[in-house]
Parts: sequence; C-alpha cells; structure tokens
Amino acid sequence: MTDAPLLDVENLWVKFRTRSGVFDAVRGISFTLGKERLGIVGESGSGKSMTGRAVLRLIRPPGFIEADRLDVHGEDILSLPEKRMRKLRGGRVSMIMQDPKFSLNPVMTVGQQLVEALRAHENVSRSQARQRALEVLDEVAIRDPKRVIDLYPHEVSGGMGQRIMIAMMLLPNPEILIADEPTSALDVSVQLQVLDIVDKLVRDRGMGLMFISHDLNLVAKFCDRIIIMYAGRIVETCKASELRNAQHPYTLGLLNSVPDLEHPRDHLEVLKRDPAWREAPSVSARQ
Amino acid sequence: MNAVTVKNLNVWFGAGADRSFAVRDVNFDVANGESFGLVGESGSGKSTILRAIAGLVPTWSGEMTVAGETLGPKRSKSFYSKVQMVFQDPYASLHPRQTVDRVLSEAMSLHGVQNVDTRIAQLLDDVGLGTGFRFRYPHQLSGGQRQRVAIARSLACGPSILLLDEPTSALDVSVQAEILNLLVDLRREHKLTYIMVSHDLGVVGHLCERIGVMKEGRFEEVLTVEDMRRSKAESPYTRHLLESSINSIR
Ligand SMILES: Nc1ncnc2c1ncn2[C@@H]1O[C@H](COP(=O)(O)OP(=O)(O)O)[C@@H](O)[C@H]1O
Ligand SMILES: Nc1ncnc2c1ncn2[C@@H]1O[C@H](COP(=O)(O)OP(=O)(O)O)[C@@H](O)[C@H]1O
Ligand SMILES: [Mg+2]
Ligand SMILES: [Mg+2]
Repeated sequence: MTDAPLLDVENLWVKFRTRSGVFDAVRGISFTLGKERLGIVGESGSGKSMTGRAVLRLIRPPGFIEADRLDVHGEDILSLPEKRMRKLRGGRVSMIMQDPKFSLNPVMTVGQQLVEALRAHENVSRSQARQRALEVLDEVAIRDPKRVIDLYPHEVSGGMGQRIMIAMMLLPNPEILIADEPTSALDVSVQLQVLDIVDKLVRDRGMGLMFISHDLNLVAKFCDRIIIMYAGRIVETCKASELRNAQHPYTLGLLNSVPDLEHPRDHLEVLKRDPAWREAPSVSARQ
Repeated sequence: MNAVTVKNLNVWFGAGADRSFAVRDVNFDVANGESFGLVGESGSGKSTILRAIAGLVPTWSGEMTVAGETLGPKRSKSFYSKVQMVFQDPYASLHPRQTVDRVLSEAMSLHGVQNVDTRIAQLLDDVGLGTGFRFRYPHQLSGGQRQRVAIARSLACGPSILLLDEPTSALDVSVQAEILNLLVDLRREHKLTYIMVSHDLGVVGHLCERIGVMKEGRFEEVLTVEDMRRSKAESPYTRHLLESSINSIR
C-alpha cells in the first residue's frame, strides 16, 4: 500500500444528464498524484473543477462519475459507502475552494470552526483542539493567532480568510490537498503570499497537491508537473520546468495570450481552436 | 487639449459619523487619444473614480472637466453621447430578455442616432461579431461575445471617451487577449480616449501609456508605462506591486 501513488485515476468520466442528452464534462482522463505538486490548467469549462470534485466523489446529480480506477493511496473509493467517503473528505483528502466567503461559516468564530473541523476527524478534547488551532494559524503565517482565533469571518480580510481556510483544511493532516483556484479572488500581492504558504506546508508535510488554475504561468511557478486540459481531456502533460518546450498549439496559445509587462507587443496572440483538439485521445498523465 | 482633467477629487460614502472617504485628493489628466490606467488593490478606490466621472456617485468634491464639459452634480444627456462606461461582468451588464439588436437599437435611440439598421451592422462588424449575432439573446453568447456586445453598446452613440472598469477580468486569458486586441484596434480607428481600471499590471501595460497607482483612496504616484517597464517606479508600494506581478509569471 505504501508504494501506491496517493491518487491513481484511470479513464475517469464525468457526465451530466441534460434535456439534450448526456454531456461529457470530463472524457476519460488518467493521471496519478504522488508526493508532488501537480497543476491542472485549462480555460474555463475544460473540466478542471469537475476533475477535482470527482476525486472526492462530490459530483451531484444529474452528474455522475465513471472510471476504470479511482484509488486513494491504494484504496478503491469508487465503491466506498458514502459514510466512509464523508470521513475521507476533509480528513485524508482536503479541498480548498476559490472564495473563503462561501466556505467559512459567517456565524461562528474562526476558532469555533477550526475546533469543530478537527474534532470531526479526531478524538481530541476542546482545549487540545484549540491549542492545535493556534498552532496551525501560526503555520499559515497569521501574525496574532490569539486575537484572530476569536474573530468572525467578516472581521478578517480576503487574504487572511483564505489562509484561515487553508489552516482548517490542514488541521487533520491530509495526505492530499486539492486547491481549486485558491487565490483567484485575491489581489496579486496577496496571491503569491498565500501560495508560498501552501507551497511550504505541502513540502514540509510531504503531501500531494492538486493545484487547479486557469493561470498557466502561476501553475508553472508552483508545481512540479502540469496537466493541460481541453474540452474534458488531457491534451498535454509535462514537467513544469519543461513547459517552455511544450508542443501543443493550445498550450502555446495559453502561454502567449498573456500580456507581459516586460515584453510589449502590439497585438496579443489569440487561440485558433482546431476541431481536431477535441477529438484527439486523452494523453495519459500516470507515472 | 485634455480629454479629462481631475483636480482635488474626493469621493465619500455615508453621512455624518459614518462618512468614509473612498477617494482622497486625487489629481490627474488624460490627453485626447491617450489611454490612462488605474491600478491598485481591491478597495483602493479605482472604480469609484470612474463612477464619479460617469455621474454614478453624487457625493464628491473637487473639479472635473470631461470632454470639454465642467461637471456638476448631474450629467447632461450630451455627456453620455461623449462618455461611456464598460463594466467588468458581461453577464450582469446585459438584460437577459433583450436581443443584441434590441440592446444596440435602444442605446442609439436614446441618443437620436440615425440609420439604426446600418449602424447596428457596422457596430457588430466593428467589434468582430458579425451580423449573425444580431438576434441572439445573452444566454446564447459566450463571456467574450457578451463583452463584445457591451463594447458595441458603449460605442453605439459614437463617444470619444470610454471608461473601462476591469473589462477583461472575468474572462479567460485567451478571450482576454481577443478583447484587448479589439480595444487596441478600436482606439486607433475611432481615436478614442480610455481610462482603464485593472488589478493586472500586464493588462494595463498593454493598453495604457500612463498609469495612476492607487492605495487607500490616494494616488501613490503617476508614472509612464515605459518607466514602469524599466523599473523606475519611485514609490515602494508601486515597486512591490511590480515585483508581485512579475514574480507571478516567472
Ligand atoms: N450541472 C451541469 N450540467 C451540465 N453541464 C455541467 C454542469 N455542471 C458543469 N457542467 C459543465 O461541465 C464542464 C466542465 O466544468 P468545470 O469542471 O467546472 O470547468 P472548469 O473548472 O475547467 O472551468 C463545463 O462545460 C460545464 O458547463
Ligand atoms: N456604494 C458604496 N457604498 C459604500 N461604500 C462603498 C460603495 N462603493 C464603494 N465603496 C467603498 O469604497 C472603497 C473603494 O471601492 P472601489 O472604488 O470599488 O475599489 P476598487 O475598484 O479599487 O476595488 C471601498 O472601501 C468600498 O468598500
Ligand atoms: Mg473551475
Ligand atoms: Mg473595482
């Protein structure tokens, strides 16, 4: 079991029943996640979030999942009863969403939420849980944990709210962290700070990180390996360090359509979508 | 001549003890045909400046001269034929039950534009949509197409100044590139003046010649994009913004 990757996904489909038939949001993708930082990039609608949610079996009807394999550290979770799934979520596998405003409970203090999050997964006393909460707030670089722990979510800034979210997700020591656009709602100056914190924690604790983002440059900076998605499939995968050798015109388009302050151009490159991209078989990102 | 002159602009919300200033002692001018950017963190007052110019916030003091008009508390009808605003969210800014045709013809009839039929075809062509989109509803359009419609609507009355509030931040990078290219072309063809708000220095650098850097309602500094590029920013805050945005793509 120890040799198995943290996550092993083979031929994963996410489908939605609609009035006009079944819509395939994710179309047969395969990848693994080890103790590494794996980036999932693509334009909106390419299936990134559905991939992240599928790993936690969080696709709600009329959506459903099909896969040949969906293993968390060697354990098949496709057939796991929902009750055991609930234990896994927020326990061994955690997810950070885009906007802390929707993820934190507005009527509970930061401390109450952290304590509750921990006690849902571990048998610890309130005072022990509070102590751990203070420690984890310190870990996510919150300067005055003793003050912050008694604040309500509306009393903290967006950047701090997102760090609190991260703290909450990290409390039960997950093996896998799924971060879906974790900083898109934040200012650029705060964004890097938050990502640096996530990065340090993932390395220090030896977790696996699935970093979902539409921003290829950001992903390249913070990940070891990158998966590039288009229309529910993987069109290309590479080491982040080798992104500059990427071949697929879609990947190149995503890279070159970003305005670069230091290299001004009169016109930016735009994507010329080729119908063949959608038809090409999904590239495997299993290792 | 300047298209826009703003002197000692203060904008506040609330009254009495609740009064809080969103914009403090701001000064800048924008030459005819120039493109001026406003950058800064969220809440720094960028949108409020545009909204004050557009007449959407009545509580301000100072002097503003825009397109030759000295502005008072209310905007004249002719003001809106010269100055138009484009908002961030192309989903919220179009009426869900109005076709593109209706959106554009209403914008024109408001300003007594003649030859509505030919003008609509021309506008759709200008923004790269073509007449095939004329009778579509917003839900039948992608985010980028909707933003093109919003831009077409702002151009309907033939304005000389566009106030652009994060016009591409809700869009994918590839779609953002299309809209930025469109804005570059339109400005050249129609000799437009832009004031554009963005939190993205790359976007502002692409479209603007000069920028005002805002922090907590005040201007930290005004500098040319050329100086910004050569890292000649004077304020430590501007340098911090620059570093973050250059770092994020390295
Ligand atoms: N309830 C649903 N019914 C039908 N299609 C859906 C539903 N939810 C999401 N989708 C579709 O699934 C696709 C992938 O969505 P998503 O994974 O959220 O994309 P991304 O995160 O890459 O932007 C999109 O085309 C979206 O429209
Ligand atoms: N209608 C309003 N009522 C009260 N406060 C407002 C209103 N609009 C904006 N503000 C406040 O003014 C400040 C500047 O906001 P804004 O101009 O929207 O910032 P930016 O566009 O730079 O993100 C913020 O503190 C914001 O909360
Ligand atoms: Mg998503
Ligand atoms: Mg704003």
